[in-house]
Amino acid sequence: MSLLDRELAGVVMTPDNIRTKKLSLVANLGVAVAAFVIAAAVVLGFGIGNWVLIVVLGWVFYLVGLLYAAGRVEGRRAARNRAWKSLIYSACILAILPLASVVWTLVSKGVGRLDGDFFGTSMNNIGARDQNGGAYHAIIGTLEQVGIAALIAVPLGVLGAIYLVEYGRGKFAGTVRFFVDVMTGIPSIVAGLFVLSFWVLIVSPWFNDGNPRFSGFAASLALSVLMLPTIVRSTEEMLRLVPGPLREGAYALGVPQWKTILKIVVPTALPGIVTGVMLAIARAAGETAPVLLVAGGAAAINFDPFNGNQSSLALFVYQQAGDASKYAPARAWTAALTLVAIVLVLTIAAKMLARRNSLTR
Amino acid sequence: MAKRIEASNVSSYYGSFKAIDSISMTVEPKTITALIGPSGCGKSTFLRSINRMHEVLPNARIEGRLTIDEQNIYDPDVDVTAVRRLIGMVFQRPNPFPTMSIYENVVAGLKLNGVKKKSALDDAAEQSLKSANLWNEVKDRLNRPGAGLSGGQQQRLCIARTIAVEPQVVLMDEPCSALDPISTLAIEDLMFKLKDRFTIIIVTHNMQQAARVSDKTGFFSIDKTGDPGRLIEYDDTQKIFSNPTQKKTEDYITGRFG
Repeated sequence: MSLLDRELAGVVMTPDNIRTKKLSLVANLGVAVAAFVIAAAVVLGFGIGNWVLIVVLGWVFYLVGLLYAAGRVEGRRAARNRAWKSLIYSACILAILPLASVVWTLVSKGVGRLDGDFFGTSMNNIGARDQNGGAYHAIIGTLEQVGIAALIAVPLGVLGAIYLVEYGRGKFAGTVRFFVDVMTGIPSIVAGLFVLSFWVLIVSPWFNDGNPRFSGFAASLALSVLMLPTIVRSTEEMLRLVPGPLREGAYALGVPQWKTILKIVVPTALPGIVTGVMLAIARAAGETAPVLLVAGGAAAINFDPFNGNQSSLALFVYQQAGDASKYAPARAWTAALTLVAIVLVLTIAAKMLARRNSLTR
Repeated sequence: MAKRIEASNVSSYYGSFKAIDSISMTVEPKTITALIGPSGCGKSTFLRSINRMHEVLPNARIEGRLTIDEQNIYDPDVDVTAVRRLIGMVFQRPNPFPTMSIYENVVAGLKLNGVKKKSALDDAAEQSLKSANLWNEVKDRLNRPGAGLSGGQQQRLCIARTIAVEPQVVLMDEPCSALDPISTLAIEDLMFKLKDRFTIIIVTHNMQQAARVSDKTGFFSIDKTGDPGRLIEYDDTQKIFSNPTQKKTEDYITGRFG
């Protein structure tokens, strides 16, 4: 078909005019005002809701009105573009809202007990009528348990991922990958039960004159079981992103494979690996069930993770939130705020550490 | 120093697919040999089998004999990393290590192979960068990232990195295909300079380049897609480009192919 034929058939895409009319800001604002006024009138007129419904309804009216107005002024294509754009912005705001709400709630409610007493004392000998008492023991527990869990899970997970990406071929690697996927979905209570039946009931009696014993270390084991698949999967993804020519470049210099992995591949993927590890640590720090099952929880300070009950911040929040004392909820909020702050500080520190090694443009 | 390479009846397979069929050629020391031919005819596969780089891909294997100064590099007791130390390689796309500075990139091969002495490394970095015609452009920013250089500079950085480990043979897999004419010229000049010290084998799609730089030229071709690539003709560059014996070669270099 020649160009002339296509023009006659009306299938030529060439526009006659490359200029387009823009919907003016005044019209835009006008639509917005009208939408919210109508929404308010509907809601208040029928008496069916409060300001939340007005905002939601007004937003919907505004989107529809904007689409209509833009369609009249700017044409179909531009209007559709506007519609999608506003939908995406709306979705973004919707996604941020709960997050901002969580942060605000945590800060506003947690700030009440943010005092020296909270960070300096435990819950030992604190009764229902005592308004002081703190989470010192729980902070120690969280730091020790998560720290040990990370010491176990990070090397194992990163090395496992290196095996899967760089060496693993054939059936065995496929099996490992499958079970790592399965493990990703393990509920934390199952990990806790596993450690309870295996470590606390079978192994720990060997070290304690035949009596089973709760310990923070048992909690670390359960947490490392939870962290391991997350670390393996995220590290694997990151290592796969390292371009093959980079490895070949190192091989071509006569660098052995293990050194190529250690000095070229892992450093290139490091920022991503750190992000994955921090996600796993954050998840582990927030786990309550395994700690409750195998560390038992405690009101007093216990520095020794291998001996005796320990608490953790997540467990502390759970216990205080359910406590009958009227002073307990404030402690729970502050403990939750502390937990979030610890994870945040750790993440920022890890990111900065990873960035220091790589070059900046 | 530079070594003779002899291939006799080299065939290469990816799984059950035969990529090249019994290639035999001898490459003399301190010469530049160009491999030309249409895409998919096995030039790169042959090149990568010279330093056993094809083994990086799973299921790749080779038949035949490939010797470097009478030593078969496919003997079972041969250490593949030693072969690659002897036979360096420059790739089609520049691949500087992104986490390393210019300086670290150049000395990467030495450092990762255990050279620790700072003065030796400094010396090697300067010499290699000078050999690669890059020293004047980067000497004031050796600590900047290698990935921040332009494409042509990156490729010369990769060449500097390759020659820093003092290989005997340098393989180049279309080293100029991603570069502009000026950078290409810089790299061709560089190849003439390196010829005094290294044996160079270059794969190229640019026939003018092959005619300009090489002493000998090998023409590869396939009969049809799916067939293994064969070496059709291998002779002095001048002979290939002025008076080839094979009809196919003549068709290809005069642009009548396909």
